[in-house]
Amino acid sequence: MPETITLEVFRYRPEEEQEPTFQSYEVPFRKDWVVLDALNHIKDEIDGSLSYRWSCRMGVCGSCGMMINGDAVLTCAAFLETYLPGPIRVEPLANFPVVRDLVIEMSDFMEKLNRVSPWIIPAEEKPVSEGEYLQTPDELEDYKPYSMCINCMLCYSACPVFGLEPGFIGPAAIAIAQRYNLDNRDAGNEQRMEVLSDDEGIWQCTLVGECSAVCPKSVDPAGAIQRYKVTATTEWWKSKLMPWSQ
Amino acid sequence: MSHYPRYKKYRPRVYSKRMPIFWWVRKWPHARFILRELTSVFVAFYAIVLLLHVRSLAAGPEAYANFMAWLQTPVALALHTVALVMVLYHSITWFSLAPKAMVLRVGRTRIPGWAIAGANFAAWGLFSLILAWIVLTV
Repeated sequence: MPETITLEVFRYRPEEEQEPTFQSYEVPFRKDWVVLDALNHIKDEIDGSLSYRWSCRMGVCGSCGMMINGDAVLTCAAFLETYLPGPIRVEPLANFPVVRDLVIEMSDFMEKLNRVSPWIIPAEEKPVSEGEYLQTPDELEDYKPYSMCINCMLCYSACPVFGLEPGFIGPAAIAIAQRYNLDNRDAGNEQRMEVLSDDEGIWQCTLVGECSAVCPKSVDPAGAIQRYKVTATTEWWKSKLMPWSQ
Repeated sequence: MSHYPRYKKYRPRVYSKRMPIFWWVRKWPHARFILRELTSVFVAFYAIVLLLHVRSLAAGPEAYANFMAWLQTPVALALHTVALVMVLYHSITWFSLAPKAMVLRVGRTRIPGWAIAGANFAAWGLFSLILAWIVLTV
């Protein structure tokens, strides 16, 4: 086991430099350390000016996504040991504008997420006094995988379509839309369809499939998108062949 | 709609990198994706060959004989061999992806992905056999 390992960290300080640079840091190598631990070590012990996002360090908050040696991962789940003998190249999430160092601008994603109405739209609002909207375990199972999304944006970084066409609403937003569409308490399908099947929606997807490959929560956004393509096509044919059913 | 609607005023200068044209050469899954997209050209090639075949049939016995002779030239044979490999790759990957788009249920049990893909492959095989039977015997 080596004593230390080198991290080549992407630095971008807009007030100082036009173009980003890479800075090397040598950190202690520990078997139980993940890349995020190494970044925290740099921040605490070597260079306090390094900026990055993190919070829970246990794969729940979705804040610490970065590119490690070119792959989009959660740094709290990326053990240093995997990358021996190093160096490990740490970059901000690809396909997003960089604000500073490893911090990306995410308001584009937040706006897109909002566009799909990621909440339950009941057919009829019940007064609170009538109690919960009940659901069976089977009905829960329909959408549960999609509800595991932690909004970490790794799928956007892995998606070349989003890289080339930043207008694309993107894998997570569509998977989350499906999370509500497939919930039997929800009646917002039509409202979401306007967003999902427009020019910036599902039809941009060419099924590269990398969104599902990088997802740390096995959400399978690629599957969600292909399923929705079938739904949207069926609805389109229905509206043409049976206009009275609308 | 603007993609960056908020915090414009106080936000510092961001750094944006454009994707290079050859973005797909760096990672095997990306290269494999582009390769699969390119196999569509050979699907189109087969469609065009079929149209030319029909056209030669309509143009009379001589044109038809000429076309059949062209099909047996080394160039045509080589083209067909490459196209066959490409179209097979295209079809196999296509049917393998079917379970991604199709979620079917019997009662409350979800039909497993391999069964959906298997049914697609079986249908493909069946139609190919029927076509082969028509072409070779009728």
